Amino acid sequence: MAEKKDAFTQNLGKIYGIYTGVFIAFVIALGIAEQMGLQPKYIGWIFMAVTIAVYAAIGIMSRTTKISEYYVAGRRVPAFFNGMATGSDWMSAASFIGMAGTIYTFGYDGLAYVMGWTGGYVLLAVFLAPYLRKFGQYTIPDFLGTRYGGNVARTIGIIAAIIVSFTYLIAQVTGVGIITSRFLGISFNVGVFVGLAGILACSMLGGMRAVTWTQVAQYIILIIAYLVPVTVMSYKTTGVPIPQIMYGQVLQKIDAKEKEIIASPKEQEVRDLWKKRAGDLDAKIKALPASLDEEKKSLEARLAALPADAPSKDREAIQKAIKDLPKTPEEAKEKWTEAKKAAADNAKTPKPYIQPFARIDMKNMLALTFCLMVGTAGLPHILMRYYTVPSVKEARSSVAWSLFFIFLLYFTAPAYAAFARNEVLTNVIGQAVATLPGWVSSWAKVGLVSVKDMNGDGILQFGELLLKPDAIVLATPEIAGLPYVIAGLVAAGGLAAALSTADGLLLTISNALSHDLYYKIINPKASILRRLTISRTLLVITAAIAAYVATYKLTIIVELVAWAFSLAAASFFPALVMGIWSKRANKTGAVAGMIVGLGITLFYMIGSRFFGLNWWGIKTVSSGIFGIPLGFITIWIVSRLTAEPSKDMQEFVESVRYPKGAVKAEGSLE
Amino acid sequence: MIEKEKLEAYWKENQKLTAITLAIWFIVSFGAAIMVNALNNISIIGFPLGYYMGAQGSLIVFVLLIANYAKKMNRIDKKYGVEEEE
Repeated sequence: MAEKKDAFTQNLGKIYGIYTGVFIAFVIALGIAEQMGLQPKYIGWIFMAVTIAVYAAIGIMSRTTKISEYYVAGRRVPAFFNGMATGSDWMSAASFIGMAGTIYTFGYDGLAYVMGWTGGYVLLAVFLAPYLRKFGQYTIPDFLGTRYGGNVARTIGIIAAIIVSFTYLIAQVTGVGIITSRFLGISFNVGVFVGLAGILACSMLGGMRAVTWTQVAQYIILIIAYLVPVTVMSYKTTGVPIPQIMYGQVLQKIDAKEKEIIASPKEQEVRDLWKKRAGDLDAKIKALPASLDEEKKSLEARLAALPADAPSKDREAIQKAIKDLPKTPEEAKEKWTEAKKAAADNAKTPKPYIQPFARIDMKNMLALTFCLMVGTAGLPHILMRYYTVPSVKEARSSVAWSLFFIFLLYFTAPAYAAFARNEVLTNVIGQAVATLPGWVSSWAKVGLVSVKDMNGDGILQFGELLLKPDAIVLATPEIAGLPYVIAGLVAAGGLAAALSTADGLLLTISNALSHDLYYKIINPKASILRRLTISRTLLVITAAIAAYVATYKLTIIVELVAWAFSLAAASFFPALVMGIWSKRANKTGAVAGMIVGLGITLFYMIGSRFFGLNWWGIKTVSSGIFGIPLGFITIWIVSRLTAEPSKDMQEFVESVRYPKGAVKAEGSLE
Repeated sequence: MIEKEKLEAYWKENQKLTAITLAIWFIVSFGAAIMVNALNNISIIGFPLGYYMGAQGSLIVFVLLIANYAKKMNRIDKKYGVEEEE
């Protein structure tokens, strides 16, 4: 047995080693082809097609009909590879595409995400992962169901798992849509369904087993894709290809540049114009609904006044403006309020990049960091991964590997942000607006970049270039004028990040429904074949619903993802931790705690987002700061007021606490 | 079956290691963020220290903390004879 296992493990290293080598060779070959005249359009297509084909191939090769393979990859995934798989499971479109952009925009305060999304692994390591592995079942609601008995705790677990995972899933699918539509030139909706096919190919036939091995492959691509452009930029700017160390110098350069921008009269003029625009919009909002009619009339008057020989471009522009006008006063209010807010933001004097608490105050930054940490340790699709390692010992070291692989990207993200900011400040600002490079218009099409020559001087001021945070990682290779192959590589990395996370989430949702709801509650006598069939069907249905919702491009999705952390933090974390760390915690306490934690968090989220609720100035995104402690306290108090758990249950809790006697790896080694 | 006292001592030692781990976790993340302005007066490889802690320092400590926790726990398992059977 041991010998066979070693052979299997060694082979894994070899297989993925060769895979990495081939991928690098493939990128270099494309780079050479580009120099010889291969068009960027084809580079994008080749990258997408080849990587998705590789994932699908791994997914199909890993197909299985065994339950333990399907749910927990046979519990044979070595700590190191589970760490990689967890890394890509964890690092979503938000980490890959969004994080550097958030730091670019928020400066020091954006580091809440960097610390929060890594520090959570310390909680995971000491509070949960080894104990869940010892428990050794299939899903997180499984643990709640067994520990607290009956179906109530399990059902709340199922509901929470679905709410948390589904919002997160939509965001991944949206990420896939953005990347494919930008780099393949297809429409967003088609892109979403292309991505969907890629996700299903990986997860449907092989469940957790297939997802694990594709996630390892996806990790390798995403980390290469993230490190290459920033290393090249570091080399270009500082002469040393170690961005993580060299960006200390760049921060100083940024600081100097920003001082110039703050003092520049031209920039001040632009800021004043934004201020005026914010004021105009405010007046228009106050004058609704009359102002909407006026707006329409004035546009129509302009259209009528156009001379017959006016260029068709002008005519079309006005026609489009009329078409884009809000349909109802309510819609107008929403749109204009948003525009007013954006204009008011642009009117502000920029604050120095590394100045702490310039954009988020200290209280909120700490609260956000805390919610993200606890949320990380409460996300079911991550917790589930620690069922797949062969032993408790490996579960412990696997958390260390997970964080190490995540760390490689996260400690690079602030460097990425700094180099991107330096590039924009040094080489983009001050150019002539009329001759800006091609990336401006291609990213403007997807709505991530916009340029407005506010003061009409023909020169691009800092206040006139609007970069959405999501544009930073994807667009920087083009902004910095790197070969297009690097932009294509980054896109492939972003796609890998979004697909891998989507797979993990999809599996969590379909397992919660097929295993916990159907098999454990509705029909415990179901055959293995039936369970697998139901699970696969649910995968397809869930994915299709997620894709369908994503096509609506609801702006609220980005917010919802951040909310998912607070929800996971307040619902799962207290019940799971108390289940292991307190023998006294019982069913009534856990159920009450989960309801209170989830309820208070949701109450504050909705109240503060839509109805102006405000407790101590805490922002909506950190709502979990109330739910987490209240969840713990409720479990503790209610458990103490009600009967203590049975002796058997207390012995079960004890048995979870030490490794001896854990379930072994299952199944044959193929 | 493993004796009760032994298990209790094992759990105590685990709790102690957990508490130390969490204390360090708290200091390098929240502690450093609260002290950020003071730390920014110190410079480390070209970075203001406060910024550095948020961007890299705390992360490095997290990785080391978990690796150390795994190593120590495996040792404690053996000490109390509760490690997994091969």
